[in-house]
Amino acid sequence: MAWETVIGLEVHVQLATKSKLFSGSATTFGAEPNTQANVFDLALPGTLPVLNGEALRMAVKFGLAIGAHIGKKSVFDRKNYFYPDLPKGYQTSQLDHPIVGKGSLTITLDDGTSRTIGVTRAHLEEDAGKSLHELFPNDTGIDLNRAGTPLLEIVSEPELRSAKEAVAYLKKLHSLILYLGISDGDMSQGSMRCDANVSVRQQGDSKFGTRAEIKNINSFRFVEKAILIEAQRQIDILEDGGRIIQETRLYDPDRNETRSMRSKEVANDYRYFPEPDLLPVVIDDAFIAAVKTTLPELPDLKSQRFQSHYGLSDYDADVLSADRATADFFEVVANACGDAKLSANWVMGDLQSVLHKSELDIAHSPVSAHALAGLISRIKDNTISSKIAKTVFEAMINGEGSADTIIESKGLKQVTDSGAIEKLIDTIIAANPKQLEQYRSGQDKVFTFFVGQVMKESKGKANPAQVNDILLNKLKK
Amino acid sequence: MALELKDIAYIAHLARLQLGAAEQSEALSRITNILSMIDQMQAVDTAGVEPLAHGFDASQRLRDDVVTETNQRDLLLKLAPSVDQGLFLVPKVLE
Repeated sequence: MAWETVIGLEVHVQLATKSKLFSGSATTFGAEPNTQANVFDLALPGTLPVLNGEALRMAVKFGLAIGAHIGKKSVFDRKNYFYPDLPKGYQTSQLDHPIVGKGSLTITLDDGTSRTIGVTRAHLEEDAGKSLHELFPNDTGIDLNRAGTPLLEIVSEPELRSAKEAVAYLKKLHSLILYLGISDGDMSQGSMRCDANVSVRQQGDSKFGTRAEIKNINSFRFVEKAILIEAQRQIDILEDGGRIIQETRLYDPDRNETRSMRSKEVANDYRYFPEPDLLPVVIDDAFIAAVKTTLPELPDLKSQRFQSHYGLSDYDADVLSADRATADFFEVVANACGDAKLSANWVMGDLQSVLHKSELDIAHSPVSAHALAGLISRIKDNTISSKIAKTVFEAMINGEGSADTIIESKGLKQVTDSGAIEKLIDTIIAANPKQLEQYRSGQDKVFTFFVGQVMKESKGKANPAQVNDILLNKLKK
Repeated sequence: MALELKDIAYIAHLARLQLGAAEQSEALSRITNILSMIDQMQAVDTAGVEPLAHGFDASQRLRDDVVTETNQRDLLLKLAPSVDQGLFLVPKVLE
């Protein structure tokens, strides 16, 4: 039997506002407990919410970026439930009239194919506080710093068909929110959290199976693992003749399993109703147009431009455009040195591996875009070979100066004087009669031995193309 | 839709209200009255009338994204019956 997995994702993105969604409390991460929780966030009597305009603009910005319908009149609702880290006894959210309606996101899979995934809606809501269960033996500690922090909940259609597609969707969303600058997207700090609705069905079935909701998955890797293990659990049950119950499950990365949560509680019944403390949010075309002017060039369009303008391959253009800072860095390098392909290779290759090793992002690169362009220019004008360039690059990483300074001070300039190269080759041929014999008796592979010797003797400085030509000539004689 | 006592018990549980038997009967008759009033209202033809989200004919004012609140932790913690290490304490919540 062939099974198909059906996945829908609900992603909570923490918006990068300075203050909370409905109050003027700060939202800085990692502050001392309860130092950013004030009378509004504690829901003291008499306090009233006022909507943060910037959070609204960020939500609209996201909606425009995914080509969604923008709700010109959106309404906040109360979602009622009791939990100690929710002092109001309800979460202010949006149910029937969200700020962002239907849109879509195009994902690219590893095999290069792309699919368009529907986004059902995105709405504004406030976060709850944090419960600390482990700190005290008989009590739970409550930190309300996070209470009231603005979230954008982005809900996808159940159109994802594998764990890999779910990861691709999440990565695309992550790239997009960073481009838009509406969130820092830091998953380790909870700035982007994901719930996955997972069900399985026989391939070809038109009806969905019963789904389980997996809560709070906080890394790309865990999303993939959690979906795989949950789909397998459901398949095992169904193949044994069992039945799936609709429930909320928690993914445990240590044991790589999902397990049931809140199993004893009655089905969630949040008794939503319109929030009487907030008026409907009405925005006009001018508001939307003003937000539109703040949209940057988005990854898909940037990738297309990198292909048409710089002649990059699909793959290179996609990799470089996935991250805005990387894309900007690449463009500065390419424009300064005039060789886009070499620039792409250096940015994605040597530079990326240095950044990865030293855990730096490209904004803190030890080699600036102009400095890298300086190095690539010296490869282009044949001052140094690609191989020597790697040595120069390492010196640049170590802060030894610009490419030109290093080439000069270390005497790394490529030898292009054919007279000098010829002399060197003569000496090497004379010193290796045995290999010469072998070559002339038809063992072509010995050629690389001679190239190696020449490069070694010249300390890598001889121009490789010239070495090849001259050597070929001399050996044939 | 006719409500029964078990519906009242369920709603009371969701709202964390502890109602005695007499209170439940009282609540049943009151809520039933409210629902019959709603039934009466639903008989009105509202085709072409835009649903109302709020009683005021106005729209939400927006706030600038500025931090206006200062750290009042010491003052606010004094309102709680039990605190430690800057945290509000509640009886242990078991998941």
